[in-house]
Amino acid sequence: MVAPATVAPTVAQNRTPQITRETALHWLEQMMLIRRFEEAAEYAYTQKKVGGFLHLYIGEESIAVGSVAAMQPDDDIFTHYRDHGWVLARGVDPKPAMAELYGKATGLVKGKGGSMHFASVEHHMWGGYAIVGGHIPLAAGMAFSHQYLKRDRIAFCVMGEGATNIGMFHEALNMAAVWKLPVVFLVENNMFGMGTAVERASATSDIYEKAAAYRMPATQIDGNDIELVYQTIQEFAERARRGEGPQMVEAMTYRFKGHSMGDPQRYRTKEEVENRRPDDPINRWEKKLIERGWANDALIKEIFTRVDKQIADAVQFAEDSPFPEPSELYTDILVEE
Amino acid sequence: MADLQITYRDALKEAMREALKRDNNVVIMGEEVGVWGGTYAVTRGLYDEFGGHRVIDTPIAEMGIVGVATGAAMGGMKPIAEIMTINFALVAIDQIVNNTAKIHSMFGGTMRAPVVIRTAAGWGQLAATHSQSFEAWFAHVPGLIVVMPSTPYDAKGLLTTALYSQNPVIFIEHSRLYGEKGAVPEGEFRVPFGVADVKRAGTDLTIITYSRMVHVALHAADELVKQGIEVQVVDLRSLRPLDWDTVLNSVRKTHRALVLTEDWMTYGVSAEIAARISRDAFDDLDAPVERLTQEEVPLPYAPNLEQLSFPDEARVVEKVKAMLA
Ligand SMILES: Cc1ncc(C[n+]2csc(CCOP(=O)(O)OP(=O)(O)O)c2C)c(N)n1
Ligand SMILES: [Mg+2]
Repeated sequence: MVAPATVAPTVAQNRTPQITRETALHWLEQMMLIRRFEEAAEYAYTQKKVGGFLHLYIGEESIAVGSVAAMQPDDDIFTHYRDHGWVLARGVDPKPAMAELYGKATGLVKGKGGSMHFASVEHHMWGGYAIVGGHIPLAAGMAFSHQYLKRDRIAFCVMGEGATNIGMFHEALNMAAVWKLPVVFLVENNMFGMGTAVERASATSDIYEKAAAYRMPATQIDGNDIELVYQTIQEFAERARRGEGPQMVEAMTYRFKGHSMGDPQRYRTKEEVENRRPDDPINRWEKKLIERGWANDALIKEIFTRVDKQIADAVQFAEDSPFPEPSELYTDILVEE
Repeated sequence: MADLQITYRDALKEAMREALKRDNNVVIMGEEVGVWGGTYAVTRGLYDEFGGHRVIDTPIAEMGIVGVATGAAMGGMKPIAEIMTINFALVAIDQIVNNTAKIHSMFGGTMRAPVVIRTAAGWGQLAATHSQSFEAWFAHVPGLIVVMPSTPYDAKGLLTTALYSQNPVIFIEHSRLYGEKGAVPEGEFRVPFGVADVKRAGTDLTIITYSRMVHVALHAADELVKQGIEVQVVDLRSLRPLDWDTVLNSVRKTHRALVLTEDWMTYGVSAEIAARISRDAFDDLDAPVERLTQEEVPLPYAPNLEQLSFPDEARVVEKVKAMLA
């Protein structure tokens, strides 16, 4: 057995709430905003207003919302193409985000990137990347710049479990470990890379064990428990910030939708998906809020109504926005000097 | 045997099915080729028919896939490595260029690595990193065979040839052709490498092209004929080796050449073809060789900008008319 060279995580035992009711309600609202944003995007896709690939994050929202809550506002995020949740959790306005999906000039990156390339530098959100694993060294490089320039910032690198089988992952982890870079590698283990179940593609299904080869502290948590995500990321981020080098968190979750649109999903049964429904992070958090006496049905309804309005406005904004001017085809290729 | 009307996708599958049946050394390995049935459904059904030990789902590891397939080929197997799209072949390019293409010559002809690397070019609002045409990158490399079929017939015939070849073959399909139907004979047949096909005969101008752009050229030719202009459409089918005789003979007949490609112009496939025609058919040309290619931009997501990026039928018609004016 390979035992990860890791400090045993303390967070799992420490379950007393550290957050305020206000924060708790905010998280619920953010998760619901992501959910409704993606449902609207999915609908727009069926209307052919959104094209290309559209990778939905439905069922995984707690990871982005809980993690971002544990970061400093100027910490830097790099993510894979399943990026809507990360951008919205980071506080980016859903209007330009939706407009990007519509390929409009008012989009986050002027309609040039689409779903897979959401980014907002002002939010320290350095983008979604579509080549599996390609962004992992970039996050390490951002962390290198923080270390070299003695900035009190750390980098977060979000990836799927499937990405941990590609060379770039291993090269980046090794360099980050050798140089003790302030970076947290966050693996969203949603059990599949496209249609390939984790155990069919990875020598270990417990991805966090891979950190052991690089002597990197690592843990595996229930990613659909938003509070646990928050506490874990806080602990691991602080270690990276204190100069203890790179860290890894593996958040276990489940993707309710297909990999992208038009996935025939021959690799799993409908029952399997249904059996995971009770684990929906939004429902779980709602229940917990009610249990704690922090919310009731009326308040939850009020929050969801507010979210619906925000999404309706975002869709309207995207619909009303113009497509990029034809001349935009030739801009932004090289920096003007 | 009778011809069937089948899709480009099924034509490819048929070539692979026949090879899997005929030769136990043939295996397919790649991402989602098995249980999923191929992201473009090219291998659908083969996993059930031949089993997971011959139609093998891999981790996301293009460098590994090509390297392992090449090594297995050195070991006497005949692997088909599927790289989901040509964009991901960049992750494997060191293996392709420094190993696959070199094994035979670097070791003085004592070894061979007859792997077939199947991959797909194409686009469709997939943005900058997922919409690229890299055939020139591979066709640049001595030691590789590079083919790019445009029709179901050519797809099956060329893939069958690749599956009998003793050389490494980069077999580039096109995602927007998978649904195209055409007549394909039942059973095994081969289309040789390095033999271009005149897809339409004409006297006024030659369009030299391959893959999806063949169809754009043929549609443009239909339109031009109504205006009294007869263009000849030469489908290269394989870029390395390239059938210069057919290209040059056509230009000697029509005296005008337009090279039509989906890759970028600068240092692209069209540069090579234009240079060779300009040298070898110089005296036969009534006008400089012209080129129509993808705009020199990373492909944007916005549908209106993407549409502006590629030559379409209207642009080909306009260009041909300008060349004849
Ligand atoms: C280098 C490369 N190979 C293949 C692909 C195609 N592809 C896109 S997403 C994906 C699966 C990734 O799975 P995982 O990392 O688990 O992330 P998830 O989509 O499950 O969130 C694959 C194979 C790609 N984009 N890049
Ligand atoms: Mg996954």
